[in-house]
Amino acid sequence: MITVKNYVKPGTLEEAYELNQKRANRIIGGMMWIRMGRGNVNTVIDLSGLGLDQITETETEFRIGCMSTLRQLETHSGLKETFGDFFKECTRHIVGVQFRNGATVGGSIFGRYGFSDILTAFLVLDTKVKLYKKGIVPLSEFIRMDRDRDILEELIVAKDGRKAVYLSERRSQTDFPVLTCAASEKDGTVLLSIGARPMKADVTETTIDEMEQAADTFTYGSNMRGSGEYRKHLGRVLAGRAKKALEEGNV
Amino acid sequence: MEVQFELNGKPVHTEIEAGAVLLDVLRDLGCYSVKCGCETTNCGLCTVWVDGTPRLSCSILAAGISGRKITTLEGLQEEAARFGAYLAAEGAEQCGYCSPGFIMNVLAMERELCVSGHCPDAEEIREYLAGNLCRCTGYAGQLRAVEKYLRESRG
Amino acid sequence: MKKVNQAIPKIDAKALVTGKPVYTDDLAPKDCLVVKVLRSPHAHALIKNIDSARAMKVPGMVAVFTYEDCPNERFTMAGQTYPEPSPYDRLILDQRVRFVGDAVAIVAGETKEAVDRAMKMIKVEYEVLTPLLDFRKAKDNDILVHPEENWRSLCNVGADNQRNLCASGKDEAGDVDQVLSECKYVVEQTYHTQANQQAMMETFRTYCYMDVYGRLNVVSSTQVTFHARRILSNALGIPKSKIRVIKPRIGGGFGAKQTVVSEVYPAFVTWKTGRPSKIIYTREESQIASSPRHEMEVHVRVGADEAGIIRAIDVYTLSNTGAFGEHGPTTVGLSGHKSIPLYGKTDAFRFRYDVVYTNVMSAGAYRGYGATQGIFAVESAVNELAEQMHMDPVKLRELNMVKEGQVMPAYYGETAQSCALDRCMARAKEMIGWDEKYPARDMGNGKVRGVGVAMAMQGSGISNVDTASVAMKVNDDGFYSLMVGASDMGTGCDTILAQMAADCMDCEMEDIIVSGVDTDSSPYDTGSYASSTTYVTGMAVIKTCEKLKEKICLKGAEYLGCEKEEVEFDGKRVWCPKDGKEITLKEIGNRIMCANEEALMASEAHYSPTSPPPFMVGMAEVEVDLETGKVTPIDYVAVVDCGTVVNPSLARVQTEGGLVQGIGMALYEDVVYNPKGQNFSNSFMQYKIPTRQDTGEIRVEFESSYEPTGPFGAKSIGEIVINTPSPALAAAVANATGVHIRELPITAEKVYMGMKHSS
Repeated sequence: MITVKNYVKPGTLEEAYELNQKRANRIIGGMMWIRMGRGNVNTVIDLSGLGLDQITETETEFRIGCMSTLRQLETHSGLKETFGDFFKECTRHIVGVQFRNGATVGGSIFGRYGFSDILTAFLVLDTKVKLYKKGIVPLSEFIRMDRDRDILEELIVAKDGRKAVYLSERRSQTDFPVLTCAASEKDGTVLLSIGARPMKADVTETTIDEMEQAADTFTYGSNMRGSGEYRKHLGRVLAGRAKKALEEGNV
Repeated sequence: MEVQFELNGKPVHTEIEAGAVLLDVLRDLGCYSVKCGCETTNCGLCTVWVDGTPRLSCSILAAGISGRKITTLEGLQEEAARFGAYLAAEGAEQCGYCSPGFIMNVLAMERELCVSGHCPDAEEIREYLAGNLCRCTGYAGQLRAVEKYLRESRG
Repeated sequence: MKKVNQAIPKIDAKALVTGKPVYTDDLAPKDCLVVKVLRSPHAHALIKNIDSARAMKVPGMVAVFTYEDCPNERFTMAGQTYPEPSPYDRLILDQRVRFVGDAVAIVAGETKEAVDRAMKMIKVEYEVLTPLLDFRKAKDNDILVHPEENWRSLCNVGADNQRNLCASGKDEAGDVDQVLSECKYVVEQTYHTQANQQAMMETFRTYCYMDVYGRLNVVSSTQVTFHARRILSNALGIPKSKIRVIKPRIGGGFGAKQTVVSEVYPAFVTWKTGRPSKIIYTREESQIASSPRHEMEVHVRVGADEAGIIRAIDVYTLSNTGAFGEHGPTTVGLSGHKSIPLYGKTDAFRFRYDVVYTNVMSAGAYRGYGATQGIFAVESAVNELAEQMHMDPVKLRELNMVKEGQVMPAYYGETAQSCALDRCMARAKEMIGWDEKYPARDMGNGKVRGVGVAMAMQGSGISNVDTASVAMKVNDDGFYSLMVGASDMGTGCDTILAQMAADCMDCEMEDIIVSGVDTDSSPYDTGSYASSTTYVTGMAVIKTCEKLKEKICLKGAEYLGCEKEEVEFDGKRVWCPKDGKEITLKEIGNRIMCANEEALMASEAHYSPTSPPPFMVGMAEVEVDLETGKVTPIDYVAVVDCGTVVNPSLARVQTEGGLVQGIGMALYEDVVYNPKGQNFSNSFMQYKIPTRQDTGEIRVEFESSYEPTGPFGAKSIGEIVINTPSPALAAAVANATGVHIRELPITAEKVYMGMKHSS
């Protein structure tokens, strides 16, 4: 477990950003994963005083504050209306309700964890991240950027009429996934994202007909939960099922 | 550092280390119902309510709860005994070690899901309570207790 | 109203469900020193030097103890009756470390923070040795896990530390090779089970303090209170009279706490420093340095004739006891003795075994205690035999299962005096709809549902060994104190024993108070393990009550001025039918407190020359995704014969809990080591016990027999219930897919790979 010297709850983003420029300091999201790391932190920076814990909906987009919890994603009526069971599916297997009441969307995305259901899911939507200094960047670009000490303020998800489906395979219901898969379709263009390979999720553009082949283009590796060979097979199966769901409008 | 919050309806001021987690602070304050079963956020034994929402107290920095309302089973004794009687009737408290965290989450579920006449079915109950591990009972007796309790107290 | 066979809530329920502070860490004094164990990063090494000078400079540090501070007399941590079959192979701290996580130093300080800081500052130099990690290569390997001269084995169990053997042996009747050669159908296969963790929610923990008499008081979460006293005496080299052990409420055990895992460390600290101290194992420590199930590889040959009669069973078990031998010699025995006797028509059987040392964490006792592993193997082999014969596996069992009244040659020649296995099978078949569902149904969506069956048996206590004594006394106003030495670990034995006493004494539950275990004041009991409490301690309760009733009558007669033979006791009063005179128990209770020279108290002991097996049948239905291999448990029915059911709700929950642990073992719980011997399954994040979403429906019924040697006809229930899921689920998967998984757990990947290779 980490050891912590000081705790600060900044009143402004600028203050948080300044504090975060020191290597020994660290922003905490929900404190779920970070706690389990090792090492010493000089000052933990708690963003919960900045009003970033809301999901707001406009005509054209959702803005999801970095401190919104996974449980908010799971139960938000606007998200459900727009994306059906997509957000329920990508959250409901994550540990338990109490965990999802603590874990934050910002933490899940900023951590760029290999096992992340959340990252896999957002990659197939038209998602942008708003960074305090660098401004608005597409999520697909963000995952390739070097880790730095900027602050992820919020996610912006466009309501662009796409249909999306989320699937995962797990050894038990609330375990880390063996593989995650999300897909969306809009105007014949399909975004396919596969995660927990066990490397972090990535996204590729394809078509409805080529989804299974597109799954083959990802690289797959082995860990405790599955071999690369099995994961590659699962990638195809899940992509095939996602395809079927998109075709049948079962999303 | 000093932190002030409301614990089971009463104001608390207490001196804590910056890195202290809520679980340890609550036990130090005499809330022994709050247990630790895993250290990796998987077991649910340390479940408490923060402003009425069930959370894992092992993963909350105590420093961050200033001004919040914390509820533990010590603050819900009557309800705990009432639901607990259903649990005991099934023999499903068994060793009892996971009971406080489990009951905290059952009572939170009741408040969250039993609204406008809705009563959760077995699948909803299992999903809501999935973060509460129990090694003794195999869960079936717990489910019988929850279903009976909800049926009889909600009509 | 009778209390036995009633679903009476546990007498401690209210305190538990309202979260009262009744467990070890809730009760520990606040000024306890915090004790932690520095653990080895190497699977096999010799300690060259330990430098704790810097660590001791951390403010609040009190002591760092190394092997040089500890006695050099070996002992075992196994909670067994003396002389223990487990070898004396432990020191509190040893110069040789034998697995990743083995104890290197004991660190004690005023606060957790001080100890944590100090632990990082202890410098240990190791001479790293090649570890012995493959248990298949352990016997007669050049690497010796226990080369030391003062290693010793107290019992004749075939142990030899110069060969890495913790035990080895053989039991047979008839010529198994000859009979198998005559069989038309023979299955020969090898099955592998893992070192599963009991994973009770409360990890190992103990606190200690010195009392006013200069004695070491030990409060511990243990199943073996009295054995713990002896083990600590052996470990510390101090007289047993200097030690008192107390058991508060326990947060689960399942056998884990039948080994003295955590006790020696704070006991050593308190004995050395005179200060109260406590150790609380982290979940990680509980996962990597504890007492899990023995990993076993079981080779089975089973043969049947043309008519479907199983004529011979040959079992060879290789058991991995890890770095130390706790429960090694005894668990292995059950892998044969509690699997082979399920079949009552064999002409020959043979059971051979080796138990080997390796450089992984020591194994211990886990519910089922070797029977679980053996039954997975034998029941799986019988299912494969049925498949080879094109016979329904239920029918094959109906033809061959042991019946009431039969002698069981592979079960020490005992007779099955109570056995409802046939009724269990018939009822289970009906409950699951076997005839409609066997072998499998295509659900038409890429999914197939298969069903599988398995039988199981266990024992009830260890015959001619387990000893229970009980004491009961009459207090003022006539309420009783029932004092037992058996350790209620959440299973409800305090309640069950009180139910029996209430029936014997014709009183209400409220009239009896039960005291938890304290070695200073409780009567001796071997402890709560080996499915012994209901059966063995229960009989001691009955004997004690009979004696106490006699004494009550005697006293009542004296107060009434009549002969003992003339009075009767009806639970409320002693009365004389001849003249109608009576005196209430309340009056007697109050009168004995004045001018009395006969304590109204009785204490009796019991042991059993037999260990009558409970029996059961489990049937599983699973759904297999043919594309991914994913196995989803749908339905599990279990029908149990535990003799008379003393408390139906507690027996049901025991069964459901055991089944789900068995389902975890079968489908989810994986133990993964890296090539250097480091255990990756070191948390609940990596070692996945089932959640309530992972079990499927669980349905339990009882088919009672009446065991003439048991209290009220009861046998045991605690362990047998974990034994059927592995073979039943493996068979259900095989019936759905044609793939036989012989290495647990049954993961989707294994099933998929199996389907791929067979297609």
